[in-house]
Amino acid sequence: MRSPSKWHKDCHGGALMVLIGLASMAGGARLHVGTLVQMGPGFFPLAVGALLALVGIAIALRGAARSGQASALVRPDWRGWGCIIGALLAFVLLGAYGGLVPATFAVVFISALGDRKNTLKQAFWLSIAMVAISVVVFWWGLRLQLPLFGWR
Amino acid sequence: MFYKTLSDLAYGFGVALDPHNLVWALVGVMLGNLVGVLPGLGPLTAIAMLLPLTYMMHAVPAIMMLSGIFYGAIYGGAIGAILLNLPVHPAHAVTCQDGFPLTRQGKGGVALGIAMIGGFIAASVGIVVMILFSPLLVQIAFRFGPAEIFAIMLMGLLAGSTMSGGSALKGVAMTLVGVLFGVIGTDVNTGDMRFTFGLLELQNGADLVAIAMGLFGVAEFLRNINHASFAGVASRVRLRDMLPTKKDLRQSAFPIMRGTAVGALFGALPGTGPTITTFVAYALEKRISKNPERFGHGALEGVASPEASTHSKTQIDFIPTLLLGIPGDPVMALILGAFIIQGINPGPQLITEHRDLFWGLIASFWVGNILLMLLNVPLIGIWVKLLQVPYRYLVPSALFFIAVGVFSEQNALFEVAEVVVFGLIGWVLVSFDFPLTPILLGFVLGPMVEENFRRALILSRGSMATFVERPISRAFIVVSALLILLQVVAFVRRARQARRAGR
Repeated sequence: MRSPSKWHKDCHGGALMVLIGLASMAGGARLHVGTLVQMGPGFFPLAVGALLALVGIAIALRGAARSGQASALVRPDWRGWGCIIGALLAFVLLGAYGGLVPATFAVVFISALGDRKNTLKQAFWLSIAMVAISVVVFWWGLRLQLPLFGWR
Repeated sequence: MFYKTLSDLAYGFGVALDPHNLVWALVGVMLGNLVGVLPGLGPLTAIAMLLPLTYMMHAVPAIMMLSGIFYGAIYGGAIGAILLNLPVHPAHAVTCQDGFPLTRQGKGGVALGIAMIGGFIAASVGIVVMILFSPLLVQIAFRFGPAEIFAIMLMGLLAGSTMSGGSALKGVAMTLVGVLFGVIGTDVNTGDMRFTFGLLELQNGADLVAIAMGLFGVAEFLRNINHASFAGVASRVRLRDMLPTKKDLRQSAFPIMRGTAVGALFGALPGTGPTITTFVAYALEKRISKNPERFGHGALEGVASPEASTHSKTQIDFIPTLLLGIPGDPVMALILGAFIIQGINPGPQLITEHRDLFWGLIASFWVGNILLMLLNVPLIGIWVKLLQVPYRYLVPSALFFIAVGVFSEQNALFEVAEVVVFGLIGWVLVSFDFPLTPILLGFVLGPMVEENFRRALILSRGSMATFVERPISRAFIVVSALLILLQVVAFVRRARQARRAGR
């Protein structure tokens, strides 16, 4: 027996598909399923979920046949990763409670710091430039419905 | 009939040459050209980003601009492939094989020139095919009921997921995931909420732009950050270098025609991606060549044929999208979304109900292609410089444009959060080597598939036999079955070869 870590990543990918398929089937079953003549809202998700689970099993089986072949997952770059997600979430938060200018500054500044080659100074000036574009093009030019500063 | 078509076309040119429309078409092809050159920013991303901005535009210029991005990007893609050996978009990967060796021999300019001339000829042929076949297709399309629409969509989804390159099973899985994303929201028939997780914001379904931006913008950045930086070596190309000699022209005339034919064939099949088209064109050229060993070392035919095929395919792709409402590939799916957002339902009635849009769009393809030919000459130098814009500046700026673009769509910050969720989903799927484009195709077609499936079965009183009893529907079902069979046969053959090799 091979240890689980040596499994081809298709096994995990296939398992993920089975999981999504089963979840969709469960979700569909909770709605009214109906019959072929009068289908309820649950019929389609149930059927598609079942198909997906079957395809997932096939993917996992094929992956199992290839176990032992090199299939390393790409290690995520946690810093870049956190900064990109954080930047977008900051835009959502500051868009609601701060206004367009802080939101723009935050999304550019935080994501710029995600790249190791950027210095604080470069990130700062890039953000200032984007704030200028944001105000001129989107707020003034395209009348974006978001105040420059302000709490809601 | 013939004179009617000519007068319609003349009318279309009137619409396309209207200064207001012309400017937007120009903006579209320029932008398309630009994103075609830049790695990581394809026409899909560009159209998704600009979709919200077209809400306040009139339908005709909006669609002209978005379409311009689509075919403009193909001209741009050839530049990166030939001059820098960068397969910016998978469809052009095959162009690198002979394009870059030509550049190293100092003939990069000629290769570009041939790619452009071939592209223009192929696009023109594609447009003529559109003009001639659209009225025919309309007559057939009016006989389409729910069973036929379901069958053709099934075929499109199968073709799209199994033939877009990579593992067919994974493509099917991703299409199904996309279909499930399409289930989110209110059920049209009963009004039940499905998969909304109690969020009121989701009752109108997941947002197409948010999905596209998450999967093709954010997921891409998550994967590439700190791994990639734009490293391109610039080489200068002047107009003089781009003019092919008579010998070059003679050498590439037939490959251009064959490529055009391959593209036309694949354009008529919904779901087949541009990548498979260019690969088939290249393989065909290599097979019929008298000295195939030249390929891979700078054979002009290896550039001419694939580039021509992708141009004719792109133009002909518009036929099923406009007249049946069935998009051939994910970019077409987004353009279809743009139609629906503008309140225009694509279908056989489009030609008569929106005469200005249909004929104007066709004429604008021609105008746009001519503009691209003229623009490309002075712009190539600039594009090559742009390839040197470092990734570390591009990602933050693009993230801002994504955030603000998605927000402006409905003035809802919720949709920006949706982008984050789909970005994460996309990143997980990409790490397991799943292709992402079928998701979008499934998402757009899924609701239509469900609706027509339900309607067809209501009409047939629950008998599944209706799909094979009706002749048009049966033809599509048979093709779908053949597509599956093809995959099974290929799988068995591969398995046998592997066993033999293992022995």
